[in-house]
Amino acid sequence: MRLRDTAPAGPLAGRWQRRRDELELVGPTQRRQHQLIVVGAGLAGASAAASLGELGYQVRCLTFHDSPRRAHSVAAQGGVNAARDAANDGDSVERLFHDTLEGGDFRSRESNVYRLAELSARIIDQAVAQGVPFAREYGGLLATRSFGGALVSRTFYARGQTGQQLLLGAYQALAKEVAGGSVTVLPRREMLDLIVVDGRARGVVARDLVSGALETHVGDAVVLATGGYANAYFLSTNAKASNATAIWRAYRRGAAFANPGFVQFHPTCLPAAGEHQAKLTLMSESLRNDARLWVPSRRGDDRRPDAIPEAERDYFLERRYPRYGNLVPRDLGSRAAKTVCDEGHGVGPGGRAVYLDLRDAAARVGAGVLRERYGNLFELYHHVIGDDPLEVPMRVAPAAHYTMGGLWVDYDLMSTIPGLFVIGEANFSDQGANRLGASALMQGLADGYFILPGTLTGYLAGTQLAPVAPDSAEAKAAQADVRARLEKLLTRSGRRTASDFHRALGRVLWEACGLERNRGGLAKAIDEVAALREAFWDDVTVPGGPGELNQELERAGRVADFLELGELMCRDALAREESCGCHFRVEHQTAEGEARRDDDGFAHVAVWMPAAPGRRPQRLVEPLTFETLALRERSYR
Amino acid sequence: MKLTLRIWRQRDAHDRGGFVRYEVSDLSPDTTLLEALDDLNEKLVGGGEPPVAFDSDCREGICGACGIVVDGCPHGPVPGTTTCLLPLRAFRDGATVTLEPFRTGVFRVVRDLVVDRAALDRVVQAGGYVSVRTGSAPDASVLLVAHDDAERALDAAVCIGCGACVAACPNGAASLFVGAKLTHLAALPQGQPERARRTQALVAAADREGFGGCTLHGECQAVCPKHIDLGVVARLNHDYLTAALARWWGR
Repeated sequence: MRLRDTAPAGPLAGRWQRRRDELELVGPTQRRQHQLIVVGAGLAGASAAASLGELGYQVRCLTFHDSPRRAHSVAAQGGVNAARDAANDGDSVERLFHDTLEGGDFRSRESNVYRLAELSARIIDQAVAQGVPFAREYGGLLATRSFGGALVSRTFYARGQTGQQLLLGAYQALAKEVAGGSVTVLPRREMLDLIVVDGRARGVVARDLVSGALETHVGDAVVLATGGYANAYFLSTNAKASNATAIWRAYRRGAAFANPGFVQFHPTCLPAAGEHQAKLTLMSESLRNDARLWVPSRRGDDRRPDAIPEAERDYFLERRYPRYGNLVPRDLGSRAAKTVCDEGHGVGPGGRAVYLDLRDAAARVGAGVLRERYGNLFELYHHVIGDDPLEVPMRVAPAAHYTMGGLWVDYDLMSTIPGLFVIGEANFSDQGANRLGASALMQGLADGYFILPGTLTGYLAGTQLAPVAPDSAEAKAAQADVRARLEKLLTRSGRRTASDFHRALGRVLWEACGLERNRGGLAKAIDEVAALREAFWDDVTVPGGPGELNQELERAGRVADFLELGELMCRDALAREESCGCHFRVEHQTAEGEARRDDDGFAHVAVWMPAAPGRRPQRLVEPLTFETLALRERSYR
Repeated sequence: MKLTLRIWRQRDAHDRGGFVRYEVSDLSPDTTLLEALDDLNEKLVGGGEPPVAFDSDCREGICGACGIVVDGCPHGPVPGTTTCLLPLRAFRDGATVTLEPFRTGVFRVVRDLVVDRAALDRVVQAGGYVSVRTGSAPDASVLLVAHDDAERALDAAVCIGCGACVAACPNGAASLFVGAKLTHLAALPQGQPERARRTQALVAAADREGFGGCTLHGECQAVCPKHIDLGVVARLNHDYLTAALARWWGR
């Protein structure tokens, strides 16, 4: 199999326009003959389904939520990046490209990242036209703020709920197409398998979560926009139901998985407390515009934070990274926090947290201004912890948050299965080994609004597709596989719950495949995950039947897939004998404790191909070439 | 902490349903009510019994998936929270807490505490948007929006579509939900061209779905987890009257 960057040659600037110009088109009257399946209705899925519907395609959009407005994009807080040079601080497409590529520690494709930077400004145009109420200056212009890994102010926001507002924009665009008849939204449907006919993706098997009925949806192409898999760690900032099942089922049908070990740990989350904790809560990176992170200089200092004088506080990010200070990228922020906690300076139960302090900003600009910028975050913190962060510094700790890895796609966002497109967090494409803050919303919307409608059209125009019936042999076989798997889950009659296995998996992954990884730990984790998986199929219990709303059956199926994916994550982290971005192998570090890349050996995308049961997956590589930016050590000091 | 949970159990839409009592104990006051339900469910599943079905996802109060009537009040006794953020410290140790679905004439019970709120999506589909095609948007920098207008729009746009306002209303009205969407778009210049049409279409859609009429009880604003107030209903009424008058005058 040939894995390569399929972008056109020539100068980076304008590559996407050249690709667009060469893509074939489908005539307006032909478009309504094409049935397309979009799985997922977050920023990427809703924007794609709406845009495809506007073009005139017949679209079915599946979501496991009761409404497309609930996808986890809704929880994104801080903002969306765009190169508009709104602050006269030297921003440009080139600089956003540069920051994003370097932020990803040179493990993403130049062509993809450049395209993202080029499209970023139009996302803001689109969202504003939809009525997204971005923050405004008093003169009426769009306001911006800064995010990690950038020295410019290019992040557009709506308080601490930018994801919600952008998702509502996409949701309303989707509603408009539902009203117009081109899009059918199918809520409470979970994709459980991909239907491949003659080597092409032609549909999905989905379960109606209310009736339990298995449905076959066939069409001319399938788009997966099903998000990331940080919930493999059990405790993460992802929503409870976020899962990897759709992409994992596609992998099992032959779609290659790229960089599965690249997981982002967000430095500022509310620390875990107690065994009943269901998930971790994020506190937006945008707070680092105004907040300073610190720990007591003296080990084990358990005085109240306001009793610790200035001279006895260690502002560890400002000390270690004077140029970027508190606005370093997330991978560095998380690791620095882990380091000071490991050295005994952490605060809170178990000493695993650091302070996020807004005191100086409140003195500088006033509490009222801070409440306008972050009001809903303060309220959320108050609900969860019971304190007002303007009076007592927040305690924060790193948590699994976002997955840069995902299904491999080419420049057109198509996976290794022709006709299967993957967009948003579900693909691996643009974020390299570390995503910069406010870049996920940018990527999801660039994929959905602007890239996919063009490239999917090009695929349809250039491909002869015979009709596929919902009762074709391939569809029936896929449905039989799904039915057998559900039956198997329901007939285990063991003693342990799926959540129990999930927690155990999370502990293994957090220890071995978390903020720091090492050879021995990863090798051991691969065996442990395999043993857990075996124990799961032996001893899990799932009450109820297949023909009803059965939330435990849903959960068990997702955990079963995490138990397979978790092993691949460890295999990937073990095979990458270097440190880069989020992937910190203790064997590969500089004297200052920073990641040491091996550009000769690992300047590539690791692409995993599924194997037959019992066989090891195969690791292929897509080489990364850097024509514009010279490879160099990242420096935020 | 120890609590007795009196939970509405109903197998499906056709089942009559009824309350079942469960004891939960050894819980920290910082645990949320939904985490207590998670804990109860793990015990039920471990014993081979079907767990209590309830909707929830983000657990941060932003997705709008969760919604339980707790002791007669949608989202429970703490103002300005969703059910997922409701801590057990809101209850007395040893108390009996009653959990019911968001039951209204329009929201059918799907199972236990899960209801069908698709009617809210259909109301938005009737016109709760700005009709702009992808790619046709003008440069956002040329559109000036006054700071306070953007803030007012956002105050209404924060609606999470949970449906608590409907569940709290003696009339089963969705006026707070509809008013929030109308107010969001009416506060912005982008929302002006379709303003009158949108108002009439959303009100008609809410009527069609069977939501009741608003008689300004104000129960909705008392339970709204996002502090949306009756001002949005005043905006709805104002715009509806303006649109109706404009049509009557043949403009």
